[in-house]
Amino acid sequence: MATDVKDEPQPVRPNIWNDARARAVFLQIIMVILVVAGFAYIADNAITNLRRLNISTGFGFLGTTASFDIGFTLISYSAASTYGRAFLVGLLNTLFISSIGVVLATILGFTVGVLRLSNNWLISKLMGAYVEIMRNIPLLLQIFFWYFVIINTVPGPRGSLALPLGVMLNNRGLYSPDPTFLPGFSATPIVLILAIIGSIILHRWSRKRQEATGQHFPSILTGLGMIVCLPVIAFLVTGKPVSWTFPELRGFNLQGGVQLPPEFVALLMALVIYSSAFIGEIVRAGILAVSKGQTEAAYSLGLKPSFTLRLVIIPQALRIIVPPLTSQYLNLTKNSSLAAAVGYPDLVHIFAGTTLNQTGQAIEIIFITMMVYLTISLSISAFMNWYNQRVALVER
Amino acid sequence: MSQEHATESAMARPPVTQVGAVRWLRENLFSGWLNTTLTLLTIYILYVALPPLLDWVIFNAAISGTDRDNCTYAGACWVFVKVRFWQFMYGFYPEPERWRVNVVFIIGILGVASLLTSRVPTKAKLIVGVCMLTIFPVFAVVMFGGGVFGLEYIETSQWGGLFLTLTVASAAMVGSFPLGMVLAIGRRSKLPVVKTFCVCFIEFFRGVPLITILFMASVMVPLFLPEGLTLDKLARAIIGITIFNSAYMAEVIRGGLQSIPKGQYEAAHALGLSYWQGMGLIILPQALKAVIPGLVNTFIGLFKDTTLIYIIGIFDLLGMVQASFRDTKWLGLAFEGYAFIMLVFWIFCYSMSKYSQYLERKLNTGHKS
Repeated sequence: MATDVKDEPQPVRPNIWNDARARAVFLQIIMVILVVAGFAYIADNAITNLRRLNISTGFGFLGTTASFDIGFTLISYSAASTYGRAFLVGLLNTLFISSIGVVLATILGFTVGVLRLSNNWLISKLMGAYVEIMRNIPLLLQIFFWYFVIINTVPGPRGSLALPLGVMLNNRGLYSPDPTFLPGFSATPIVLILAIIGSIILHRWSRKRQEATGQHFPSILTGLGMIVCLPVIAFLVTGKPVSWTFPELRGFNLQGGVQLPPEFVALLMALVIYSSAFIGEIVRAGILAVSKGQTEAAYSLGLKPSFTLRLVIIPQALRIIVPPLTSQYLNLTKNSSLAAAVGYPDLVHIFAGTTLNQTGQAIEIIFITMMVYLTISLSISAFMNWYNQRVALVER
Repeated sequence: MSQEHATESAMARPPVTQVGAVRWLRENLFSGWLNTTLTLLTIYILYVALPPLLDWVIFNAAISGTDRDNCTYAGACWVFVKVRFWQFMYGFYPEPERWRVNVVFIIGILGVASLLTSRVPTKAKLIVGVCMLTIFPVFAVVMFGGGVFGLEYIETSQWGGLFLTLTVASAAMVGSFPLGMVLAIGRRSKLPVVKTFCVCFIEFFRGVPLITILFMASVMVPLFLPEGLTLDKLARAIIGITIFNSAYMAEVIRGGLQSIPKGQYEAAHALGLSYWQGMGLIILPQALKAVIPGLVNTFIGLFKDTTLIYIIGIFDLLGMVQASFRDTKWLGLAFEGYAFIMLVFWIFCYSMSKYSQYLERKLNTGHKS
């Protein structure tokens, strides 16, 4: 830079290694080369090793006979079915336990979160203790505790505990009555769908009318009434077309009804309790984050407490609660893979466990398993992003 | 106290329902019919559940003795935990060599403690910190494994118990922190290739369960290594946990990077600092300080997740306890074993979460609110 700039009007070109853009391009090329080379090296090793160990490759194994049994299936399956079918069984079992777990954990978690904010000292301390104990004990440990300790202390089939609604519990699992749908039952779900559509239309209409005239119509209450009452009426009018098979003791075991294996019960209990502690904290933080001024402002505008809660507090709390809540749902789904530890036949247990041991095709199987979880994760986060955009604070 | 006194004196005491314990009870437990019902119901449930539980766990439990015969069916058998205690701590690590583990852990605890106390000057902390991250891990591996300097060689399959749990957790923590930092910076990079790579890496490992990564580490990684080269199973598990955790760590650190106002980046540029100088001297110190509680929470998650290595056949604390149930002399004592590990994990996790809350209060220097 010591040269006289006035005499030489054209700017001094910097050295190529000092040009930020050239450096960036160079760096990225290096990175691409490194990544590609790394993958190529791994692939080359894998091919050599597979050839040496005589392991076949490709996804052809999905069509061959699995020849192992699965204790709990939602779709028909036998030892003569293919590995592909076994994969499907595992996937459905994973989705089954996750969806039930999500529903129960949400209910329990919201209850815990709200109760922890209660002004009843005893209850809020008790809920605080619940949260602090449950979320600080590893999930796997809780699953083992339920499976090896609690399920074991439950009496055997002869002393089955009778729970409400004809549900029976013993150390061989949870038994619930099995419904058989007789002809004429189809009217009930049709009426239910019609009632849901009707209540949505009603809600839209009442909102429009309120915006236009200011008159309020209790659309949510009416809608709920419609959704509950109309199907019940339809059910009764068609003559209760459902017959229940109750589990009963025959020989050494309970027969009939829907049987859920003890592994399922243990895994579900542990998942629900563990997740509910986290959800409880999320709910509590969400409600606390809505400032008190909002409540006071709503009151001073003359809103009733119920409207304040519904129109002012809950929408703002939900905006804070929903993103971490979805990631808890995601965690619950991923955590359901711990089923492998107690032998509940989920995706990991059947596919990455039994199938992998039988075929030895580790790469394909782990790849498929990971892709399944990745798909679930990415679709839930896509939903979350969509929701976030919808409820995001619109600043003016 | 007398009524005449209360009516006469100008400093009359308020009615008994408005002061002290009675007022507290009224406000906190019996403020309405709903609250009263809830309180009574809770007290009843506690009354029914707690005494038998306490009887079983404490009052009727067997503590003294060294034999199964010391246990009764009326209470828990803590003798089992007592007899097995050192095995739960060290696994199958040979008894005469256990001093090596102790030495490493004492040095480790002293090092961490000196980093956490405020009395040690910052410069000394820096030296200690660098040593803990560089020399100490090598020292620990040499001490645990042996095979050099006249130390007896001890296979990793003999490591176990709480010692292994802590080792795996610390190793994964030390490894995942720098990796997570690089990933977080990479994710915010302006270079498209770097950014895409980091986003894919982070989202992939956050999207799959840890157990599939451990399966991958135990069955897939051997296929990826060239013939003749083998990697210890424990090392593979630690690498798996490290990579998995670094993705979560990266997201926490990214949150910190995003919370730094743009002006700080611009100020660093204006001072003539290069990208890495600006990152190291201006941005990262602020960003990391902001996310220390989040990092501690990630570490708690990591610590709990280490139990999963039992599934691929490594005997950590959970694995040791699980294995001890197979001893025919001590059958049917699952409750005692699990209760013991639960307590251990709970103490570790709870104190860490309390510490992170304390840090949050301490570091809240009032810039934001």
